[in-house]
Amino acid sequence: MELVCPAGTPAALRAAVDAGAHSVYCGFADATNARNFPGLNFSRAELEAAIDHAHARGAKVLVAINTFPTAGEEAIWHAALADAARLGADAIILADPGLLAHAAERHPGLRLHLSVQAAAANPDAINLYARHFGIRRVVLPRVLSVEEIAAINREIDIETEVFVFGGLCVMAEGRCALSSYATGQSPNMNGVCSPPDHVAYTSEGDDTVARLGGFAIHRTPRGAPAPYPTLCKGCFVSGERQGHVFEDAVSLDASRLIPALARAGVSALKIEGRQRSRAYVAQIVSAFRAVTDALAAGREPPALALARLAEGQAATTGAYAKRWR
Amino acid sequence: MQNDTPELPIFPLILSHAMRPLPLWPLSAGLSRLAGHILHRHPGINNRIDYYQDHVFLLDITDLPLFLTLEPRKARLRAFRRSAVVPGHDAGISGPLAAFLAMLHGQEDGDTLFFSGALAIDGDTAAVLALRNALDDAELDLAAELAELLPPIAGLLRAGLPGMQHLTGLCLQRGSAASERAW
Repeated sequence: MELVCPAGTPAALRAAVDAGAHSVYCGFADATNARNFPGLNFSRAELEAAIDHAHARGAKVLVAINTFPTAGEEAIWHAALADAARLGADAIILADPGLLAHAAERHPGLRLHLSVQAAAANPDAINLYARHFGIRRVVLPRVLSVEEIAAINREIDIETEVFVFGGLCVMAEGRCALSSYATGQSPNMNGVCSPPDHVAYTSEGDDTVARLGGFAIHRTPRGAPAPYPTLCKGCFVSGERQGHVFEDAVSLDASRLIPALARAGVSALKIEGRQRSRAYVAQIVSAFRAVTDALAAGREPPALALARLAEGQAATTGAYAKRWR
Repeated sequence: MQNDTPELPIFPLILSHAMRPLPLWPLSAGLSRLAGHILHRHPGINNRIDYYQDHVFLLDITDLPLFLTLEPRKARLRAFRRSAVVPGHDAGISGPLAAFLAMLHGQEDGDTLFFSGALAIDGDTAAVLALRNALDDAELDLAAELAELLPPIAGLLRAGLPGMQHLTGLCLQRGSAASERAW
């Protein structure tokens, strides 16, 4: 199985390749990239050097151009596509149907992957993208069980890629109305449900309070472990109950389900975390590479102990092996 | 929730006490010279900090008797007595020296340190992320930067570093895996 690893910076890309990534995904430092965060991402020159570095070591580079073009400013997205193709990207990860149509028409040799931001979660939707735009792979939303993924794979002819580690969106990907309500920003366009400029941490008494768009999400004793500041994993008062009313403050770790995902027909395993450091990338990638190598050799995969690196320092197998409350 | 905080050493108290009488002006001048040297050798840092170059970043190293403030555009790194009021700042990071050094040298992930409670931030969260991401991409090695800045002590640094690391438990140089820059 192909291990698809995150890189928010050239240093993280080198760390991923050195740690054994089969593929690395990254994006430009502009609005075409859903993870357009402060201090992250690649210039054209940096991407060119990164692709040379990865190719020299047998790894692929997938470029995420996964936001939805703003009306009248399509040229920015078209230029990003053309530059990624010119620089030798092995595939482009796209979400917008208009941009997919443009890519299929203007760059017919380019391998296209459907971003998770497109939220294509059933065979009809996936086959439509494959038929009209020639996508070769779909990144599945993190809301499907292993059995549902197997059923989808029986009805489609393209590859499937699934998330196995990192931040866990429990909504229709990128369409969280809760986040839009709190921040006034679309997660689809800004790539995150907690934009950093809307997150604030303040000390109140002996506690640290995390707020998003002015709304308190959780309160933890200073120095204690804190969850990621997303609304769906916040601790709220609802009626007489106080707790995580939407989802526990956990992130995804499906490492022990990888054999089942392989049997379900999954081709590629994605690690989330372009916003994380090169230290995180190196540790996670080498751990998951040990699993894919063991599987390829017919050995029992090693058990991974990665909770420390998970957002919120606690992990779940997510929808792959659980049901909603 | 699982509490799996990384075990970080605390800067030896005796050394912390020994730092208290250090005169602030020459200390700030030396720190600023080091910051200027690093920012000159790694222009990508200020490129990535981008909009936040004019911010004042507070580095509240909780096991030192000093506060530090960093002003990236001016390449100014200043020291203030911990006994005085907290210096004005736009964004702040606080935690033990070991956490700062481990993050700077690529040994620990900043988010992991933050979500474990080892590091805390205040003020402009986006600016803190920009600084962290910029420094992470720079793959800094403080010992190498110091040796480059002060060639006469390079030999002494090289000889004394393993002992200092052993004595303090601090990560004083970049890890071996990242020590060979590939491109």
